[in-house]
Amino acid sequence: MALTERTQRATNGRKPDGRRAHRSYLSYIDKSREYYAAHGYPQPYQWAYSHEVAFTPLPKPLSECTVGLVTTSFFEKGREPAGVPVSRPKQPYAARCDDALDGLYNSDLFWDKDNTHTDDLDTYLPINRLREFEAEGRIGALSERFYGIPTDYSHRRTQRNDSPRIEEWMREDGVDVAFLVPL
Amino acid sequence: MVAGSARDIVEECGVARFVFTDFPLGNPTGKPGDAAMQRAIVGTGLDLLTHAWMPRTTVQTPFVWDADDNNGWREHFMRVDDSNRAALAAAGEARRRDQAAAKADGRARTS
Repeated sequence: MALTERTQRATNGRKPDGRRAHRSYLSYIDKSREYYAAHGYPQPYQWAYSHEVAFTPLPKPLSECTVGLVTTSFFEKGREPAGVPVSRPKQPYAARCDDALDGLYNSDLFWDKDNTHTDDLDTYLPINRLREFEAEGRIGALSERFYGIPTDYSHRRTQRNDSPRIEEWMREDGVDVAFLVPL
Repeated sequence: MVAGSARDIVEECGVARFVFTDFPLGNPTGKPGDAAMQRAIVGTGLDLLTHAWMPRTTVQTPFVWDADDNNGWREHFMRVDDSNRAALAAAGEARRRDQAAAKADGRARTS
């Protein structure tokens, strides 16, 4: 279906336009505050906030850029391919895209398991779609490796340990562009 | 570039470029089995790499999870009401016990 046809259909239910007393998209910050309070946690979860946000213009044409995918999914315990450490608790990792084609494990992550599933890899780690764009010349290449980062309550560990490790792997692989798909 | 479905969380964190699709959490790059939609969402991310000129650029894709009833999944997810309040409190207690045990036997992450 063409994108324009989809756009015409892209109405939010039976009453596409009009007035609302609330925002249309869910506030997960509001939802999670109420949800965890109901679980008896005394302190609300503290979400990351940044006033200053970095921005880098694309350094060269996209058709010459290598794209690296970053995921919060992991290999199932005991089914990690050679070279990927068996790590529980989770640690950041780099693995070959070819080794992920049968899917990754994410049942332990918090997503809407009642309304959808993650049996289709490209809904959360679009290796096949990006390879198509590579074949068509729209991007230079998809990096042979993708990169996994743990979801962690510690912002410090994510910022000081995990992100620099992934940046290091991306530099080794000549990645120009990070494409992050958090579940 | 971030592709995601939790708009407020990503925007509060602040990222350079964000492609938002208003779907249940789990499929930020398109519906299962719909390669054309996945291409459109990933392609929008690629467009944004080229065209964004400043940080916190968000683009919302036009896709709708359920054109007939797009509120059902929103109301169901993380719902808290009188029907489940006691069960949630009990689940919280169980989780805190598990976390304490994990910390005690070294399964929790320390570095």
